[in-house]
Amino acid sequence: MRIPCYSWTPRVMPRIVTCLLISLLAWFPMAVQAQEDDGQALLEALDTRSFDDKSDAITAIIESEHERADVWLQALLDSDLQRLKDSGRFVIALETAGLDVTVEDAMTGEAIGEVSRRDLDRLTINNALRSQLRSAISLVELYNGEQDARLDAARRLIGNVEEEQVEPLTNRMAEEPSAAVRHRLNQALAVYRLNQGDVEAVEVLSGSLNSNVRVALNRATQSEDPLVVDAATTALADIEQNLKINRAAETLYFGLSMGSVLVLAAIGLAITFGVMGVINMAHGELIMLGAYTTWAMQQLLPGQPGLALILAIPAGFMVSALVGVAIERGVIQFLKGRPLETLLATFGISLILQQLVRTVISPLNRTVITPEWMSGSLVVNDALSLTLNRMYVLGFALVVFAGLILIMRHTRLGLEVRAVTQNRNMARSMGIRATRVDIMTFALGSGVAGLAGVALSQLTNVGPNLGQNYIIDSFMVVVFGGVGNLWGTLVAGMSLGIINQVLEPWAGAVLAKIIVLVFIILFIQKRPRGLFPQKGRAAEG
Amino acid sequence: MWLTRPFNERSTQIFLLILTVAVIAVTVLHLAVPAGHPLYVSGYTVGLLGKYLTYALLAVAVDLVWGYLGILSLGHGAFFAIGGYAMGMYLMRQIGDRGTYGDPILPDFMVFLNWDSLPWFWYGFDMAWFAFAMVLIAPGLLALVFGWLAFRSRVTGVYLSIITQAMTFALMLAFFRNEMGFGGNNGLTDFRELLGFDLRSGATRLGLFIASGVALALGYVVCRSIVGSKLGRVCVATRDAEARTRFLGYRVERFQLFVFVVSAMLAGVAGALYVPQVGIINPSEFDPIFSIEIVLWVALGGRASLYGAVIGAVLVNYAKTVFTGVMPDAWLFALGGLFVFVTVFLPQGVAGLLGHLKRRRDDEPSDSETPDKEATA
Repeated sequence: MRIPCYSWTPRVMPRIVTCLLISLLAWFPMAVQAQEDDGQALLEALDTRSFDDKSDAITAIIESEHERADVWLQALLDSDLQRLKDSGRFVIALETAGLDVTVEDAMTGEAIGEVSRRDLDRLTINNALRSQLRSAISLVELYNGEQDARLDAARRLIGNVEEEQVEPLTNRMAEEPSAAVRHRLNQALAVYRLNQGDVEAVEVLSGSLNSNVRVALNRATQSEDPLVVDAATTALADIEQNLKINRAAETLYFGLSMGSVLVLAAIGLAITFGVMGVINMAHGELIMLGAYTTWAMQQLLPGQPGLALILAIPAGFMVSALVGVAIERGVIQFLKGRPLETLLATFGISLILQQLVRTVISPLNRTVITPEWMSGSLVVNDALSLTLNRMYVLGFALVVFAGLILIMRHTRLGLEVRAVTQNRNMARSMGIRATRVDIMTFALGSGVAGLAGVALSQLTNVGPNLGQNYIIDSFMVVVFGGVGNLWGTLVAGMSLGIINQVLEPWAGAVLAKIIVLVFIILFIQKRPRGLFPQKGRAAEG
Repeated sequence: MWLTRPFNERSTQIFLLILTVAVIAVTVLHLAVPAGHPLYVSGYTVGLLGKYLTYALLAVAVDLVWGYLGILSLGHGAFFAIGGYAMGMYLMRQIGDRGTYGDPILPDFMVFLNWDSLPWFWYGFDMAWFAFAMVLIAPGLLALVFGWLAFRSRVTGVYLSIITQAMTFALMLAFFRNEMGFGGNNGLTDFRELLGFDLRSGATRLGLFIASGVALALGYVVCRSIVGSKLGRVCVATRDAEARTRFLGYRVERFQLFVFVVSAMLAGVAGALYVPQVGIINPSEFDPIFSIEIVLWVALGGRASLYGAVIGAVLVNYAKTVFTGVMPDAWLFALGGLFVFVTVFLPQGVAGLLGHLKRRRDDEPSDSETPDKEATA
């Protein structure tokens, strides 16, 4: 870089430039050295037997505002901050495989490679230090982090504020640009004040759903000051009310999610069983094939689970639709008008498909990866967070349902299907090719089962028994909703899901399921044609 | 009187003759032939054949409702299992203080669960007569309640099949729960003696085998006499044209209910004889798949012939024993393939095939007893 400078700059310039460069070059390593020396000293102070001294050392690290302070504190909290026995160098353990530990330099962050665990000394901490570290990390993040990190840090501070943090936190609150973070900080400080016996702090806290706030309020009800007890009790009652609403919302969400799974599993059956009148006991296995298609797509596209999942939607549809057509052509068409025989034959097919998967792929469950954009959850408030994958499946179920309604109502295929089911001979004499309609309808119903499988692969284990677990439920949903009625299936699936989730907390999962089954059995006695029976002559057939 | 009528029928005479000869032959070959001789029937085989006979009785029970009443029950395994549990509870109480924990009253699993007293529904099962009555009453009562609800509101066909399946599924889930007081997952096992006979001795095993044969014969005669009576005619009429039978003035649901309850009781007896021979009863007997398998035995043997059900049960279970021994992976393929093959190519089953051969020889008009394809659908 310097050489071209000589060639074009005027004669005086080189000297100045050289001077500057020399001085810079001289300065830079010194500055780095100084920082490193500081850091080394800060960390040295940590390497002591006494936990009190360690606590002082942690405070020193925070006050130093060293650029890697947060990394050290986190590593110390996770027991990853270690020291090489021979050189005394501080390192951070990244990954442990047996006796070998991959480490990086604590000072610079440069990778060192693998060392044996025997060559490392761990810097130990106790519980008191752990909570000091947590609030320290929160503080560091509160000053330097992005808004989300700051919000998180402020939430962690609730119930963990120490006396010496009150002043800096109050100052920080004044500077904080985000209202949400300010609100949290205010709560954190209020909890501190409440612990000191301040009645007015209760006002800030009422309505909060944070569990630490509840702990503090509960403690306050044991207080000696009757004013505090009164205020805390009222606030707690408020919070309890609020929590109930949130729990109800959560139950509703889980219910809708379970309902969406039931709807997805049953909606294909609503077409083949409900509209065509074909009992397909292999429906569950068509769902299973959809799930396995997702798995196969992820095997084909390693490292891109999201793309594979999206591609699995059409692929799963096609695979299940083709298998469905094969079943229809190979077996069901010979059993037309004999539903009980169809039931037995398709049950045989379901056994064959299950065993086929067991023999060809594996009897064990396969892992289907959840792509990053589907994992995690949407945090509504402290008491309510909604898992994203369930939300996607819920949305997917509604989209599939809307698509089917559109197909049945507004396409030529839908019209022909309805015509053939209502009066096969009449439809044929009007020029509709009934056999072709049979094939298309069965392909559609089976394909939707495949879609259900793709969605289910995100929620449950993908194994040979996947379909079996859903077949009885699916038939229940279709029969409960009213055969031949897609809307009935939607309502039935969703309500059964919600009923199940409402019952679960006090009855347990298994008993809730039994109660729902008994309920449906009794319901069918009362209304043999389901919630929304078909009207008119078609119903009597 | 009506019970003796079946003995005048050719098919019943042949069936009872073959069954008697078979039971006597096995007994003689087991007792009189020295071990190691090629014709010797081992104790293991006697137990296996006894199990087949109880399955055959179960199949006859299913054939009674499916073949003659047109009700495809996918939940008969539940009645079988309940009969089995009633017997199992008696056998558990017979263990007395010889269990692992040595409690004179509580079965081992209750001691393990820290229960301090016997649940009320276990009372009386220490008495043989009560337990044996329960073998009939418990499944009969369930069938009565379930059938009364279903037939009264005219739930038929596929709907009935699906809710019977839901019933046995719900019962399976319930019996898996430890809180139910039926041993949960592990069920009831570790039996010692039945009516004072040691269950581990060869003589008891042979006795149970003979008892199963007798039960099958009795069950067959009961079914045959129902089918041959006027009541049986109404049943067949219901199967073929329910609405028409109702319009003729018959209270269809009462006939359905009666036959359904009788069938459930027969299934219960089959279960009660099955349990001491296999030595365990657990909730897997409630599995809907087992119930569908029973229907397959009947379908393979041939509906509405009763003896077809026996043939089907023995054939399929013999095949299962062979297959699961030689190549376990292939069994489900074979079973699944059998389902498809029988329904598509052999709608009348083996009995239909036999009848066909007989007709060809006798050149007689077709047997009115075989169900009409279109009408039963």
